[in-house]
Amino acid sequence: MKVLMFGWEFPPHISGGLGTACYGLTRGLSELDDVEVTFVVPKAFGDEDQSRMKLIGANQVPVTKTQIQFEESEKQMDYFEVDSLIVPYMNEEEFWKVKSKKLPRKTRFVETDEGNRIEFSGTYGSNLIQEIKNYALVAGIIAEQNNFDLIHAHDWLAYPAGIAAKNISGKPLVVHVHATDFDRSGGSVNPTVYAIERDGMEQADQVITVSNLTRDTVINKYHIDPQKVVTVHNAVEPMSAEGSEIPKKGINEKIVTFLGRITLQKGPEYFIEAAKMVLQKMNNVRFVMAGSGDLQEQMIARVARLGIADRFHFTGFLKANDISYLFHMTDVFVMPSVSEPFGIVPLEAMQFNVPVIISNQSGVSEVLEHAIKIDFWDTHAMADSIYGILNYPSLSEHFKQEGKTEVDGLRWINSAKNVRKVYESVLT
Amino acid sequence: MKTICLFFQVHQPFRHRRYRFFDIGNDHYYYDDYSNEAIMSRVAAKSYLPANRLILELIEKTGGRFKVAFSLTGTALEQFELYAPEVIGSFRELAKTGSVEFLSETYSHSLSSLKDNETFKEQVARHDELIFGLFGQKPRVFRNTEMIYSDALGDQIAKMGFAAMLTEGARQVLGWKSPNFLYVNAINPRLKVLMRNFKLSDDLAFRFSNTNWSEYPLTAEKFLGWINKLNEKDELVNLFLSYEALGEWQKSENGIFDFLKAFALQADQHKKLQFATPSEVVAQLQPISAVSVPEPVSWADEERDLNPWLGNEMQKEAFNKLYELNGRMLRCNDKELIRDWNYLQASDHFNYMSTKHSSNGNVNRSGNPFDSPYEAFINYMNVLSDFKIRLNSVIPENQIENEIAMLHQIIEEKDARLKKLEADIARLQKPGKFKRPKSK
Repeated sequence: MKVLMFGWEFPPHISGGLGTACYGLTRGLSELDDVEVTFVVPKAFGDEDQSRMKLIGANQVPVTKTQIQFEESEKQMDYFEVDSLIVPYMNEEEFWKVKSKKLPRKTRFVETDEGNRIEFSGTYGSNLIQEIKNYALVAGIIAEQNNFDLIHAHDWLAYPAGIAAKNISGKPLVVHVHATDFDRSGGSVNPTVYAIERDGMEQADQVITVSNLTRDTVINKYHIDPQKVVTVHNAVEPMSAEGSEIPKKGINEKIVTFLGRITLQKGPEYFIEAAKMVLQKMNNVRFVMAGSGDLQEQMIARVARLGIADRFHFTGFLKANDISYLFHMTDVFVMPSVSEPFGIVPLEAMQFNVPVIISNQSGVSEVLEHAIKIDFWDTHAMADSIYGILNYPSLSEHFKQEGKTEVDGLRWINSAKNVRKVYESVLT
Repeated sequence: MKTICLFFQVHQPFRHRRYRFFDIGNDHYYYDDYSNEAIMSRVAAKSYLPANRLILELIEKTGGRFKVAFSLTGTALEQFELYAPEVIGSFRELAKTGSVEFLSETYSHSLSSLKDNETFKEQVARHDELIFGLFGQKPRVFRNTEMIYSDALGDQIAKMGFAAMLTEGARQVLGWKSPNFLYVNAINPRLKVLMRNFKLSDDLAFRFSNTNWSEYPLTAEKFLGWINKLNEKDELVNLFLSYEALGEWQKSENGIFDFLKAFALQADQHKKLQFATPSEVVAQLQPISAVSVPEPVSWADEERDLNPWLGNEMQKEAFNKLYELNGRMLRCNDKELIRDWNYLQASDHFNYMSTKHSSNGNVNRSGNPFDSPYEAFINYMNVLSDFKIRLNSVIPENQIENEIAMLHQIIEEKDARLKKLEADIARLQKPGKFKRPKSK
């Protein structure tokens, strides 16, 4: 079966777990003989790994060329009607010219470059909603040009694209929920985002969620028919030992790491409070908060106020190599997420033989046995666990070994097989 | 007769490179050589060298009657040596004229006066030694980092043997009083205090080439006119500036050097004006009263307080964490550690972390190498962490020593109590009534 997949980011150009998960899943699917994936992102940079799949950047698809094609083929005249309402233009002057022509009221104008292509930033910038709309527009054109059996859209940014492709092709749609706005916002949901999410889930033939935690959210908060919602847990791609030149650990001290976006969803403040408690008990330990995010400045100020800034370090956003390096140095990894649909990072840490502490409010806690699980708000338990792993070697040895074995068993191929079952269910 | 006292601050910090968490323990070099050299070369060429040349010329033309004072920080002198040794030579020539006074200051332009007496004394001694070695002068007048001053600090300076100190003629301190007299410290009247005339000083430092300023363009005639128009009884006009104001902030092409030349020569011809160095001011003028400064003042921003360096939590945290090390640093003999310790103390690092929204009249803000105060803080703490690791390997944070220090404190407290009790006994044993038991 041929799958047309819509995502928002793809390695190496990622800002979080979504791109990593999409990559892992497509690789897993590529190992299945009967599945063929075409992956679409808003912006292709050209350096993505395309060995296992075809990657299309929506920024490379000309908008008008397709219209000519439409004219040639009688069959698709219906769609031509729809798409003729899109008028590409390149600059303000041209926009004024095309606008001053008489056009039907519903006509949409899109700004393009010389090749009549739409520009995408592929990021989460201020024009996000506009980009999503443009993405959906191009998705329709891509759906026209490609042959496929079903559509698979990852997260709300790509739902409109999936819906557009479904409307044009009439093929079944699977949406994959990696996170909902309830996770991202900590409760104060953005109505625009919620509407897009719910629309996507309702129009989908099947909904895949990354954990039972997220499945509950989809059923209870988005009121989707439970019959339609299936959980497929994420897995982890074995980290390659390439770029093996790992600099030596320069510090003869224990290191406790937080890695993730510094946002409300990830619970960075609980990590800081726990760090303060641990530092009152022991001295030869450093805490690292790796990542960036809107709470970063607040967190830095908090650390300064607690007077632990000489033992608490911020690294900013880290690239893949630096992440491996950091994990090599790390003695305990903590993920205190307030609301985490899945959370791949602890699995990556475990691959490096790092003991992990995760919150019960994370999807990954459903699949992990050999990890310490705490409630995100229970900073005492968190501090206690950190202290225990740092000071009782037998405990940390246990987690290192058992954790490694456990995580090596979590393969994307298994997730891919479960996804294929979902595909089969929508095709029959 | 009015005396004009001209003073210039010369300072450059050793700016840190981007020092990442991963560098801690692996790489012990903290400095951005490229920008340190580039900035020093630029400022030397635009400001220090032409200004020194002009001052030398003016001293010669007036037969030594044109006088100026400098405070050169140790870090600036080290950078001269590294990147612009000719600047030291030109200061030496100035020193030979006898019309130039070099003031005392902290070696690193540090804030140590606000924290630790011992470190502060060490910083001053280190600086004065360097000045003596280079220019053959033993400084008698003290100028603290960024003109920071308070009553307690002045008292301390007097005890260290200095005759006078320079500070800001801040409004909150002087009130209705004029900065144009010589004052004395409120606790220790032996210390004279020279108050900066911030109106006239800032006219030169910040407003000189501002075309929107109502007094633009500023000519020497106009400026001298203002000085002459001051109250008949005013004795002293203190013009204290950053040396970079000449040529770097106020560009040569805007006429700052021509202005200085005309100003010096015209003032020299004027019967009721003379130039004097701070030491001469102290010798010639009578202090008019004490000035009370209970809270520290500085010459920065509109508020003239410590906020640009110690205004927010980050700055205080970095400051406290740095000076936690002072006890161990005083016992440290490692040359490289001492060098880095000196560079780490530069007040500039704390200024880079300032979150204060500033109007005009800012200190050194133009040279902030960081995009945000948070970045500055993270970078500084990473450097400090590495420094601490190195210090620990030389002088370990010893548990036993901590205990000894605590016991010392207890003994001191008990001593104080004993003294008090002894005093009580002495008071109760009124003389004459009882015979004191003679000790055997």
